[in-house]
Amino acid sequence: MAKRITLPITDEDIKNLKAGDSVLLSGTILTGRDAAHKRLYELIQNGDSLPVDIKGEIIYYVGPAPAKPGYAVGPAGPTSSYRMDKYAPTLLELGLKGMIGKGARNKEVVESIVKNKCVYFAAIGGAAALIAKSIKSEEMLCYEDLGTEAIRRYTVEDFPCIVAIDSDGNNVYETEPIKYRK
Amino acid sequence: MEIRQIKAETVTETVKKLFMDCNYFIGKDIMTALKKSFENETSPVGKSVLSQIIENDKIAANEEIPLCQDTGMAILFVEYGDKVVIEDGSFEDAVNEGVRQAYCDGYLRKSVVSDPVFDRINTKDNTPAIIHTKIVSGNSIKITAGGKGFGSENMSAIKMITPSYGIEGVKQFILDTVRTAGPNPCPPIVVGVGIGGTFERAAQLAKQATFRSIDSSNTDPRYASLERELLEEINKMGFGPAGLGGNTTALGVNIETSPTHIAGMPVAVNICCHAARHASATI
Repeated sequence: MAKRITLPITDEDIKNLKAGDSVLLSGTILTGRDAAHKRLYELIQNGDSLPVDIKGEIIYYVGPAPAKPGYAVGPAGPTSSYRMDKYAPTLLELGLKGMIGKGARNKEVVESIVKNKCVYFAAIGGAAALIAKSIKSEEMLCYEDLGTEAIRRYTVEDFPCIVAIDSDGNNVYETEPIKYRK
Repeated sequence: MEIRQIKAETVTETVKKLFMDCNYFIGKDIMTALKKSFENETSPVGKSVLSQIIENDKIAANEEIPLCQDTGMAILFVEYGDKVVIEDGSFEDAVNEGVRQAYCDGYLRKSVVSDPVFDRINTKDNTPAIIHTKIVSGNSIKITAGGKGFGSENMSAIKMITPSYGIEGVKQFILDTVRTAGPNPCPPIVVGVGIGGTFERAAQLAKQATFRSIDSSNTDPRYASLERELLEEINKMGFGPAGLGGNTTALGVNIETSPTHIAGMPVAVNICCHAARHASATI
């Protein structure tokens, strides 16, 4: 049975989420991937303020396809998270509470998730048309020049994902495949 | 055989349709393999992931929207008949115009940047395409087109193995590459392998292998047997659908080979996600 969570996510919600839990998220999330992360990271390195408040937010690693007329958003599945590993700990230190993507994270990210009491969700890679059904609207926030890589705010309803790494550092990518290894 | 003239516009229209079709409609070979894997998957999470992928691919086909947001870099394998002349333009320009129209009019994502290191500015129409052309005798053009996502492309690898490593060396490199990729390339994956030729030929064959239907086998029974053996080994790794555990890590392994040098045995592994998209047409 999936756990329903209304965003913004609370520390209590995060504490109760365990690796492997199926979750349905409702509320608003941010989007951002490679190029947007690079820009945010460089601003932070230079001591400049960010164009978007990430405190308490969840960021979805996604670069959507364009929306066909009549659709709120285009297909929008997760992209590989490891490419954001270089930037993620810095954002978590600044108050980002969660990330949605796909695939494994490095040691530094896992340690930062535990230290900052955050959560990493996995969405199903390649299920973009299905996932888009749970995204009800989008708002352009910044970096529009990056096209698909711009930072947007999505309003989601029962957005399906799985807790991949919980706030205790339990990691499904470590624990699950070995159960099926022959 | 007489020289045949083909309009540039005909090439453009064909290319446009191929890229839109392959991004909306998953091949029957993949859908059949997904359904079979769903029946055989022992992990409950794996089963649930497979059912969502199947549902996703049905939604995409019914609504004619991309099944994955990463509609890829546009790749074409072309068999160009030597008796064909393109009217009013160049073949390459006609292909790129087809890609431009497919990605702009078909609501596909534009994922190409102009320069790999310094500028990284989006070309906004997904051009240029990667075009592999083989001149054949005849008066027609066969085009196989596919959009290749980079989640899986980034997990690909090539190694210049030397002959003394033999078949065991080949197997080990292929399996190591898949193991290193783990949960990242959107399993269940399709594994394209190119063995032989030179550095660049092996890589090209690996890509070509991912464009072959997974319900087909290599025509040499020894390589066909290797394809089956590798598929079985990969599915023992346990990564499973979406890398969340299970016995469906790959849907197929396709191998293509080429004569090579006395000193060499290059092996290239091109990994493709479950959205293994390709479509063909002959003009």
